[in-house]
Amino acid sequence: MSASAPGTTFIVLMLPFLAALIAPWLTRRLGHNAAWALALAPAAIFIHFLGFSAEVAGGGIVTGGFQWVPSYNVSFSWLIDGLSLTFALLISGIGALIILYSGGYLKGHDQLGRFFSFMLLFMGAMLGVVISDSFLMLFVYWELTSITSFLLIGFDHSREASRRAAIQALVVTGGGGLALLAGLLVIWNITGVSQVSLLLNYGDELRGSPFYLLALLLVLGGAFSKSAQFPLHFWLPNAMEAPTPVSAYLHSATMVKAGVYLLMRLNPVLGDTVWWETILPVFGGATLIVGTLLAIRQTDLKLMLAYTTVSSLGLLVMLTGFGSDYAISAAVLYLVAHSLFKGGLFMVAGLIDHEAGTRDVTKLGGLRKAMPVTFVAALAAAISMAGLPPFLGFLAKEEIYYALWATDPWSLAFVAVAVVGNGLMFVIGFAVALKPFLGPKVKTPKHAHEGPVLLWLGPLTLGVAALVAALISPVTHRFISSPMASAIAGQPETVTISVIPHMGPALILSLVTIAFGVIAYRMLDRLRAGMAWLLAAIGWGPDRGFDQFISGAVRLSVAVTRLVQPGRLDIYMTVTFLMIAAALIGPMAWYGEWPAMPVWPEDAQFHELVVAAIVLIGLVAVIYARDRLTAIVSLGIQGFAVALIFMLFGAPDLSFTQFMVETLAVVILALVMTRLKLHASDHRPTLQKVVDMSVAIACGGGFMLYLMAVTQQPFNTALSDFFAAYSKIVAHGANVVNVIIVDFRGTDTLGEIAVVMVTGLAILSLIRIRTPRATVADNDPDRRPGKGPAQGREVS
Amino acid sequence: MRTVIFRSIAPYLTSLMVLFSIFVLLRGHNEPGGGFIGGLIAASALAIYGIACGVAPVRRAIYFHPMAIAAFGLFMSAMAGVLSVFASVPYMSGLWIYPVLFGVEIPLSSVLVFDVGVYLVVVGAISSIALALEERDRD
Repeated sequence: MSASAPGTTFIVLMLPFLAALIAPWLTRRLGHNAAWALALAPAAIFIHFLGFSAEVAGGGIVTGGFQWVPSYNVSFSWLIDGLSLTFALLISGIGALIILYSGGYLKGHDQLGRFFSFMLLFMGAMLGVVISDSFLMLFVYWELTSITSFLLIGFDHSREASRRAAIQALVVTGGGGLALLAGLLVIWNITGVSQVSLLLNYGDELRGSPFYLLALLLVLGGAFSKSAQFPLHFWLPNAMEAPTPVSAYLHSATMVKAGVYLLMRLNPVLGDTVWWETILPVFGGATLIVGTLLAIRQTDLKLMLAYTTVSSLGLLVMLTGFGSDYAISAAVLYLVAHSLFKGGLFMVAGLIDHEAGTRDVTKLGGLRKAMPVTFVAALAAAISMAGLPPFLGFLAKEEIYYALWATDPWSLAFVAVAVVGNGLMFVIGFAVALKPFLGPKVKTPKHAHEGPVLLWLGPLTLGVAALVAALISPVTHRFISSPMASAIAGQPETVTISVIPHMGPALILSLVTIAFGVIAYRMLDRLRAGMAWLLAAIGWGPDRGFDQFISGAVRLSVAVTRLVQPGRLDIYMTVTFLMIAAALIGPMAWYGEWPAMPVWPEDAQFHELVVAAIVLIGLVAVIYARDRLTAIVSLGIQGFAVALIFMLFGAPDLSFTQFMVETLAVVILALVMTRLKLHASDHRPTLQKVVDMSVAIACGGGFMLYLMAVTQQPFNTALSDFFAAYSKIVAHGANVVNVIIVDFRGTDTLGEIAVVMVTGLAILSLIRIRTPRATVADNDPDRRPGKGPAQGREVS
Repeated sequence: MRTVIFRSIAPYLTSLMVLFSIFVLLRGHNEPGGGFIGGLIAASALAIYGIACGVAPVRRAIYFHPMAIAAFGLFMSAMAGVLSVFASVPYMSGLWIYPVLFGVEIPLSSVLVFDVGVYLVVVGAISSIALALEERDRD
């Protein structure tokens, strides 16, 4: 299928962004039915990528792209192998269903167009993450998923909880993204390649590098934050503030798997080391257990599912870290199965919420008659989640136990972790899928009845897909599992497991899990109470830690700002001049290169002495001036005298400029003084005078010493010879100074006049400030005086 | 400051200084002078006019906002460098033409355009500060 030209793939990658552009317009026209039209975009993407499956199943890899920034060897290129193809199919396939579901879920919402737009933007970004071959492209798309996730979590931006969750997710995943960038740059530095497809040949070089651990930790920082690994898991449950389609799509089926994708992608080059096979299983296992335990505690359907998502991600990381062939096959199967069942369960939870008006599992019951289709979809997903045949989840769980089972203590520990985790996920799965539907009918806030087709189409399709994929497992393995496992392992792999159970430790472990799950399900209320008590006893969690971190950061920045920006001009000036003095005197003191004392010139002319005397007179006049205006004018005397010196020693241009600058300086300073309304004269305490005088002497003395040191160096005439020789020939100018300014160093001058311009603007705006002192709180539109909330907004 | 003598002479003095500043600007390539110095002279000329006759006449006289003049100067200088792109030489290379007007050869160059830009930036930036300072608070 390489017949599909690179251009087509590029257009397909851009398609979600184009759809995002027209989404608001389309939604204005068609209302919630725009979902049908917009879902065509992901459907087209799905079909396009399906076209690659034959080639990829045959072990082929499709790459393509073009140069983006050739000078830095950065390309816009993609890599389609088993791993990225499976992800792309999941993203586009589930994406199409989610768009339809959104249309039903947010029907009549006045921001529906914007919502579609954000969803499609995210889809494009996520597709970019999994399809990217170039590191920088991967990073850009990675951060784009964080940003779109921020927009979607904060979609209901009038609620404080949404905004907090959005910022939290952005800080955690965006920060992780920066770690990832650093990690990728380290890898780039070690290997010299910036493309995933080329990187695969550099595994040994990378593992042997002294910077391997650094690269690993940075990449893990990115992957763990994105895939919500303990202790960075807290943002994911909070992200449930988003509308349910977002939770189903971003925060279970796709985006949170980006971290897992990255680990799988880099497994052939970073894996197979002690670090990899320790860090990943330990953190993954911890996440699995913590996630399921926290899920037990919840009563909100979405939160229960969110915490099991955390634990599923932990399981995936754990399996990826094991690195054995079976573990990889298990991770592949579980990843696909999880996307199908968890996406479906979230949609079911949203459906129940939509129709019954609550998501609290303790307030729901007996919905099976009212919502039969939803019940079927929920059951299908829950059976897959519980790992029961004949669904894909069953294959995954069998493979997991098959991979983990061994008799050494390390493996046994992880077997135990997996059994407990899977057992508790079994509990949650059925708690979500059975509790609301079975038992006596409970009065719900809304009168529940079956939702519209847009809402149940998605979960039902995913449930059927999980069933079919398991029933025709040879086909699934040929086109999905085996190519993906091969890509992760870096060598050809074949997945063979099927629905028919065969005797062995894996089956026994499955039975143990089911038994544990059934018992725990019966005791769910008691377990929940126990967990609630335990969490209350601990009283602190990473979520609070995040708040403490943020408030600490704010306090730190306030303290730093107070320190370096006290708001007093004299402190700024003193610091600035002290730094100048230090820069001038410091190096000479450090290297002991003091200039030799100057000798009195024998041939000093009378007029030269007169000019020097004028300088001194000006200086004395400044110091003893009675008022400020006199001091300013006296400063001018001294400046003019310096201009005279320039003139006498053959620098007419400089002298000319100095005259003008002095004149203007005096005029402008005098004008400033008249505006500032200061006291006519300057009264300072003696101590202040001493300090200011010392700083002044240090600066002046520093300049003097510096100039003396410079002039005592042997003068290198190369440049002046060059300019003198060529200014007439090359630049047609006799005035060397001017030729240097406008021709030889013209670009410098351009920069300088830009500075003049910007400084002028800054000064102008300072002069124009007439309003009373502005404070930070004034940025808040609600608190601005005269613009109270009652005035600015309509009271609804 | 608002003496009759000063006020009467200021317009003439200002015109002379502006004229002189242009002279200094144009001769800068071969004699002491150039855009920076010329700009400073013109800026002080405008400052004098402002002190003598008030800011409003100055603003009327220069027609454009001084910051707009400065911005145009910066644009002009940058564009003078861009000209060299069309001659396939590096940015900011000087280009010269020698048209003959009435039998006099007048050397014109992109460098001159650049220097005029510098002049305008300096005049605009400094006189906008000076004029703003001279303006009394109206409110």
